[in-house]
Amino acid sequence: MAEVILKSVGKVYPGGVRAVQGVDLHVRHGEFIVLVGPSGCGKSTTLRMVAGLEEISEGTISIGGRVVNDIAPSDRDIAMVFQNYALYPHMTVGRNMAFGLERRRRHGSLLRSLLSPAYAAERRAESARIQARVDEAASLLGLRPLLQRMPRELSGGQRQRVAVGRAIVRDPAVFLFDEPLSNLDAKLRGEMRTELRILHRRLGATMMYVTHDQEEAMGLADRIVVMKDGLVQQIGSPSELYDRPVNRFVASFIGTPTMNFIEGDVERDGNGLALRWPGGRITLPVGITLATARAAIGIRPDTLVPVADGPFRGTVQSIEFLGDRADVLVESSGARLNARVPTDSARAMREGESITLGMPGLVHIFDGEGQRAE
Amino acid sequence: MKSLRPWFQSALLAAGSVVFLFPLWWMVVVSLETPKRAGAAMTGQDGVALWPADPQWGNYAEALAEMGSEPWVGFVNALANSIVVTTLVVIGTVLSSSLVGFAFARLRWRGRGALFTLMLATMMLPGQVTLIPLFLLFRGLGWIDTILPLAVPAFFGNAFFIFMYRQFILQVPESLVEAAKVDGHGWLGIWWTVILPLCRPVTAICAVFTFIGTWNDFMGPLVYLHAEEQSTLAVALNSFRNQYGGLDDVHLLMAASLVTMLPCILLFIAAQRQFVEGLARGAVKG
Repeated sequence: MAEVILKSVGKVYPGGVRAVQGVDLHVRHGEFIVLVGPSGCGKSTTLRMVAGLEEISEGTISIGGRVVNDIAPSDRDIAMVFQNYALYPHMTVGRNMAFGLERRRRHGSLLRSLLSPAYAAERRAESARIQARVDEAASLLGLRPLLQRMPRELSGGQRQRVAVGRAIVRDPAVFLFDEPLSNLDAKLRGEMRTELRILHRRLGATMMYVTHDQEEAMGLADRIVVMKDGLVQQIGSPSELYDRPVNRFVASFIGTPTMNFIEGDVERDGNGLALRWPGGRITLPVGITLATARAAIGIRPDTLVPVADGPFRGTVQSIEFLGDRADVLVESSGARLNARVPTDSARAMREGESITLGMPGLVHIFDGEGQRAE
Repeated sequence: MKSLRPWFQSALLAAGSVVFLFPLWWMVVVSLETPKRAGAAMTGQDGVALWPADPQWGNYAEALAEMGSEPWVGFVNALANSIVVTTLVVIGTVLSSSLVGFAFARLRWRGRGALFTLMLATMMLPGQVTLIPLFLLFRGLGWIDTILPLAVPAFFGNAFFIFMYRQFILQVPESLVEAAKVDGHGWLGIWWTVILPLCRPVTAICAVFTFIGTWNDFMGPLVYLHAEEQSTLAVALNSFRNQYGGLDDVHLLMAASLVTMLPCILLFIAAQRQFVEGLARGAVKG
């Protein structure tokens, strides 16, 4: 276990393209941190810089209190699980898992083994230790029956397990995962997500995980780092990100379905402020300060509910039943609002009918530049 | 285009096979003929028989015994020399071409593109153009009458195989190389433990072509090796020509040629699966 500290880390590719800039991050001992963001946001590049697979253009990265900028990947005490698993196709599962340790063991020659019985015994003991570690990891992940198989003989889920097993065998200070579940189908992805979470608790290891799937991030992380255009947007626990997004990007990226935004003009309302848009007007909570003439309110779909009298009158465009809940799309004065309502409420609605929505829950307010207003 | 009917396809392929196999079969027939009938077939005085009237199996032993000036010694020497030279050249070509192909495919270094183009350009040079400069170079190094001029250049790569290896290695996922880096391998370790085992189809093509080319090479050994005990099988076959450059014992030449060809045929059969697989991939797709 170890801390990972990134200080003002940046990556500039030849040609001047800035993939990552000014990333400051402190991953604590045993923490499961997830880097999330859309394609090209710099999350994988950041992880690869931690792994040592990308050179660091700016700043420093330390693992376990040691700056690793100029240290080779194999000497950083990390293990990485790749998106396509990166299992060596010509080696058995067992050999794949032992490969990293075998490499470390091979510091002596066959000739030396033949000449020195003590040395040969030491090497045999080391081989036995490696085998024991492979067996232990294989048992943990249910891979023991597969140890003699070749990767091509495994299903996607089994390959994924082997990739995780290969990382566990190394017993690293930090586990790095680069979108390891993205090649799996939805059901298996859900199962593996749970298994990874359990594994993290069992190993108590520091883990850094990259995904573009915010649901996966919310399900796995102790803390989430949201990135966009190479910049960190917000770092926080899943609930912090969900309840108090710092800007419109985070607000829209985190949560399914996406948050609804109503944009309008800010106007005085007695001692406070109000937001007016073509379809209505709403008084903003007391104490809100806004420096811009335009602003937006953000409403989570699950905080919109059908009411007799509310700020949003519109027409039901579509109803999608999801089991215990339903997603209802409402067109209100040119704005499209997603509401996630209990199925019982949705049964009473008809597509094309008028509806009034209210929002008794939390409302988020963003200024004209998209920053959270408090 | 409408696909051909299966029977027509088979007939076409069979006809093609006959065209390609006939010279080989003719060699077999002549190698089993009596000296008189073989000579007549050679000079066109007699038609080509499809089956020898009285197969002379002893021709084979006689051919091998008569290769060179001393019975059997010439053949054994030539066989040993061919094995040594071919083994060295195959090992050298596979190792060096795959290593250079790996460097062109995976390592980032200044001038890589320009050097790759230059390397490809060397493929356009016919061997005859470089023969005399190379001879002068090797003579300067004191390598004439040794196998070094035949074996050493193989350890400096072959442009065509470097190109094949590069194209194949480009298809190997980058993450495998990265995983090997995380596992503690340097570039040489990655090439040896990960890349080379994955390049088996290309290696099969490279090894088979190099083997056949070197085993049958006449010009190289003729130019660089002058003593009879140094000659390879391809050169030793020349001993069947008489002092005027004609052929007295064509049946023995055919018998010895068939024995010489045998390893190539056996190697192709043994490596056929890998070889065809490699060709089918065109060595450009993983």
